[in-house]
Amino acid sequence: MAKPRTLYDKIWDDHLAHEAEDGTCLLYIDRHLVHEVTSPQAFEGLRMTGRKVRHPERTLAVVDHNVPTTDRSHGIAEEESRIQVETLAKNAAEFGIRYFNELDKRQGIVHVVGPEQGFTLPGTTIVCGDSHTSTHGAFGALAHGIGTSEVEHVLATQTLIQKKAKNMLVQVDGKLPRHSTAKDIILAIIGQIGTAGGTGSVIEFAGEAIRDLSMEGRMTVCNMTIEGGARAGMIAPDAKAYDYLKGKPMAPSGAAWDAARRYWDTLVTDEGAAFDRVIRLDAANLPPIVSWGTSPEDVVAIEGVVPNPDDIADEGKRQSKWRALEYMGLKPGTRMTDVELDVVWIGSCTNGRIEDLRNVAKVVDGKKISSRLAYAMIVPGSGLVKQQAEAEGLDRIFKAAGFEWREPGCSMCLGMNPDQLKPGQRCASTSNRNFEGRQGYKGRTHLLSPEMAAAAALAGRFVDVRKAG
Amino acid sequence: MQKFETLTGVAAPLNIVNIDTDMIIPKQFLKTIKRTGLGKSLFFEMRYTQDGKEIDGFVLNKPSYRKAEILVAGDNFGCGSSREHAPWALLDFGIRCVISTSFADIFYNNCFKNGILPIKVSPENLRKLMDDAERGANATLTIDLPKQEIRGPDGGVIAFEIDPFRKHCLLNGLDDIGLTLEKAASIDAFEKKQKSAQPWL
Repeated sequence: MAKPRTLYDKIWDDHLAHEAEDGTCLLYIDRHLVHEVTSPQAFEGLRMTGRKVRHPERTLAVVDHNVPTTDRSHGIAEEESRIQVETLAKNAAEFGIRYFNELDKRQGIVHVVGPEQGFTLPGTTIVCGDSHTSTHGAFGALAHGIGTSEVEHVLATQTLIQKKAKNMLVQVDGKLPRHSTAKDIILAIIGQIGTAGGTGSVIEFAGEAIRDLSMEGRMTVCNMTIEGGARAGMIAPDAKAYDYLKGKPMAPSGAAWDAARRYWDTLVTDEGAAFDRVIRLDAANLPPIVSWGTSPEDVVAIEGVVPNPDDIADEGKRQSKWRALEYMGLKPGTRMTDVELDVVWIGSCTNGRIEDLRNVAKVVDGKKISSRLAYAMIVPGSGLVKQQAEAEGLDRIFKAAGFEWREPGCSMCLGMNPDQLKPGQRCASTSNRNFEGRQGYKGRTHLLSPEMAAAAALAGRFVDVRKAG
Repeated sequence: MQKFETLTGVAAPLNIVNIDTDMIIPKQFLKTIKRTGLGKSLFFEMRYTQDGKEIDGFVLNKPSYRKAEILVAGDNFGCGSSREHAPWALLDFGIRCVISTSFADIFYNNCFKNGILPIKVSPENLRKLMDDAERGANATLTIDLPKQEIRGPDGGVIAFEIDPFRKHCLLNGLDDIGLTLEKAASIDAFEKKQKSAQPWL
């Protein structure tokens, strides 16, 4: 009998183009997403060596990081951003790659666009010069971020030089309580394993709470796998994944769809397959979670307090956490619900999808954001998300509540465009990283779910959504 | 790619855990379409005040470390974004070797593509090297890739592990893409097989 294999083992085996004696492998790449920030040097490398893109039809380019989220019909004001965007347009045309420009309705954050277009499919290998490529693992794909040299390597060869990672299982059992979300699951896991906990591993998420999640929720979980150190996170595909993909422009149809479905149904971890490491989380007792520090592992339940770094035995870690508190302007023992905010930002490849916006609308419908806030901003993950939200009237709810309703892009998740925090501003953000300076020089970021961000916007401070109205 | 064989140089201590790639090179410098010129912006927020003045206390601003070629850093160095601008910035500053107890996967990988050697050592050895590095220009480290060892200023030797393929590429300054294209027949064969097994792709 064949040895039982994990989902990761199966996709790996099905993409092995070459294996050297020392275990160095060439992994075939089915899908390559390209954006403006991490690709110019790769295309330049191709030009300098006279190489071509091996499979332009397996490559999709879209602008997202640099684009302003205000009206773009008159061009991009900031010169460097404009040059980077124009460079991608030029490179896509020169190398024959499909490209969604900043005015295209299908444009958006690359990790929102891939699934929306059916470019992302179960059982495929997907890469992008962006660490949040792990998002696509929600569909049972092996998807991870790469550097620019590897972008060039994939463009030229459609492969990556790889060694196999370890198998890690994160089992999330039980049913999520009403106000806890996919975001709380992944923040809790990162809090448990630390930001290096998954280093060298591919994580498979399984269990009742994962199966119960929508595709949007599963993407949120896989998206932040990289924040736990694992390059890729994945979830076995099921009817929810198929329903999401069916009829999408780049997904197979007709007989090809049926054949694909038969293959996709085999993409489950076999009973008895070995994992190098197993982590468990009980979803039934999971509270809403918020981050307090400058690493996504710095998390606490909303009813909790800012921890005291002096409780940490390791000196280097203790000092780093004191540094984080100083940066964040917080004192140990402060109740999270006493922390006041200046900005609320909702969007990103973690939480910028239609379900996220619906959850926000439910909380803020008919209410007003706090006068404490300098502003609160909602940035849809793509043009199609924006269109859908407007068709449902969500934009009117947001605007009536006092939110700014913007054009799609990465925006303040990393602040490469003009959307940035000012020094000292404290922001409740549905994004994925609370690193120093991430959302703006000396800006202070707290990570949380869209529902929690919405409630925080109304109160001007963090609130326990379970106790709110 | 520049070869890496042996390197003797000043090591700068940066005893912070989870140094992420946003700290190594913040977003405003990712707008470049070149690989060079990022060294002056390395560790920007730790290194400069908001109006662009050097912060005296930061290690790379101290006279003895301004020409550091080695960085000794806390656990999980290079976590976060996949930006290769992080190793580009280190290299452009002049750093060819980073020593830590652990590195984030993508950053680790990116180093090798740019002739930078990331070395993993035990927590005890990191403490020792951090102490050596604290002594500044009076205490250089020697990194010997062929022998896979770090030689300290007082004659101490620390051995390190490295993947043989990556070592080979660093020692010879090899271009990955060129190596892979030598296996074009295997890629062609894979594509043929996949086309019949998974025609929907």
